[in-house]
Amino acid sequence: MKRDPWVIGSVATLVVVIGAALLVPALSSQDPLSIGEVLHTRLLPPLSRDPGGTLHLLGTDRFGRDLFVRMMLAARVSLAVGIAGSVLAATVGTTLGALAGWHGGVVDRLVMALSDTLLAVPRLVLLLVCAALWRPGLGTVVVVLVATGWMGVARLVRGEIQGLRSRPFVEAATALGATSRRVLWRHALPNAIAPALVATTLGVGNAILLESGLSFLGMGIQPPQPSWGNMIAGGRDLIVAAPWVAIAPGLALVVTVVACTLLGDRLGELL
Amino acid sequence: MRASLLRRVIDAIVLFWLVVTLTFVLVRLAPGDPAELLIAPSASASERAQLRASLGLDASLATQYARWGGALLRGDMGESVALHRPVSAVLAEAVPVSLGLGVASLALTFLLGVPIGLAQALRRGRATDRLLTVLTTTVYAAPAFWLALALVAVFTYGAASWGLPPWMRLPAFGLHAPGGSPGGLAGFRDLLRHAVLPVTILAALGAAGIARYARSSFAALLGEDWIRTARAKGAREHDVRWHHLLRPAMPPLVILFALALPGVIAGSIFVESIFAWPGMGRVMVSAISTRDYPVVLGATLLYAALVIAANLASDLAMPLLDPRRRGAA
Repeated sequence: MKRDPWVIGSVATLVVVIGAALLVPALSSQDPLSIGEVLHTRLLPPLSRDPGGTLHLLGTDRFGRDLFVRMMLAARVSLAVGIAGSVLAATVGTTLGALAGWHGGVVDRLVMALSDTLLAVPRLVLLLVCAALWRPGLGTVVVVLVATGWMGVARLVRGEIQGLRSRPFVEAATALGATSRRVLWRHALPNAIAPALVATTLGVGNAILLESGLSFLGMGIQPPQPSWGNMIAGGRDLIVAAPWVAIAPGLALVVTVVACTLLGDRLGELL
Repeated sequence: MRASLLRRVIDAIVLFWLVVTLTFVLVRLAPGDPAELLIAPSASASERAQLRASLGLDASLATQYARWGGALLRGDMGESVALHRPVSAVLAEAVPVSLGLGVASLALTFLLGVPIGLAQALRRGRATDRLLTVLTTTVYAAPAFWLALALVAVFTYGAASWGLPPWMRLPAFGLHAPGGSPGGLAGFRDLLRHAVLPVTILAALGAAGIARYARSSFAALLGEDWIRTARAKGAREHDVRWHHLLRPAMPPLVILFALALPGVIAGSIFVESIFAWPGMGRVMVSAISTRDYPVVLGATLLYAALVIAANLASDLAMPLLDPRRRGAA
């Protein structure tokens, strides 16, 4: 796995994006949120200098804010939402799926009924409904991503656990007197975790995409806090006059999601 | 066979009812009172109480649930708060637009995606496969709204300013050219021109997703014993592909059809709101921004009904395509 070019490429890309997201806004002298001398600094094309002599790598937006710095600040939000949304969803899914698969009966039927119900509504629609009902913002987006994203992992883990329940090493642990809870969490679950890991990696990209969609429609992360989705929305009516405003955050988004997806796919093939 | 068919239908109905209950619970869980949205902030307490009574909000939760469920059974989804029209009428206008967009895109999605996946599976691990993997993953990762903006920039504004031939200048707003819809052939051609960009985006995104699935399911089939047997006994590669590979690939592809639907729905929400198509997605987004809950819930239930129906249809079609499932189920 360590020599696989796909894995190396994806991980390297993600490291660069995460590193830039952490470093660039911290090192930059510009404030990506404040609006200054707008008239002379707004909508500068990439690689140009403003009257103050500052170089803008990717140009500026309509308020004269440096796009590169803003994009990397947005990367923090988008990555945090994507990772938190996906990891928490996978945790919830793993727990519920393990309980359902291990206990069967009523628990299983309840979890599966809830999961089937949530899966019957397209995820974006469910997200939109929740975003409409609750106050939009960072917390809401993460909670809603978790609430609508745990079902896939739950089904995977449930299936694995059901298969493991009658395996000799599980029976052996039970015969040696381990409690049912201990057998599930210590013996069965660690052997069922691989597909959940793959689904989580793929889920990060998916969650970033969904967050950007919600923010684009104005129901996710609210400006002035930048996220890739609301930055693209901000460039929507400038797509002719200043296309870089929408292109740059979109490219960052695509590169990140591609890296997550390729990494998840490859892990799925290797594990 | 007939008994299992009936059970599937009943399961689907129960599932739909669970979705109905879920949406009811969601609305009640949300902070705030639907009445607060309808009434002026300066209204008196008695006016408030009157409105709550007229909306049925003063009854117990169980009564409200029963009333709402009963109304749904009669096909009554309430009245739109913003438009002052029945929700069913608002949705009935929007459904044909989205259905047209969805059917055209889904058809193209399969026509493009399945062959790409097949080509990749047959050349697994080679340069073509890798190139197509990167390509499909990139398109799959691109947000629909971003692709839409890019295509509008190129084919609507760009094409005009670069002096490209008129047929390459595509409209990016609405269903018809302004000034009313001409009837007959001219009107149809106008509609097609307006549909090119939205359908292209949905089909490209869908095909990328389908190709990724199709690649792995074809790859799994190519490792099956019967393919090796067919090749060993000297069957031509053409026959292997068409007889031994494609027939058993049908069931997974039919399941894919049901799985692809939520993606197309999600894509159409963005595409309709960017291209100003008066479909379900646009209705839903504008209902959300005006806090028009009856319309939001009506649209959600309709989407859920579609997804459940598609899954049911693929379940029912399965025994027809897969002889192994005929007797057993």
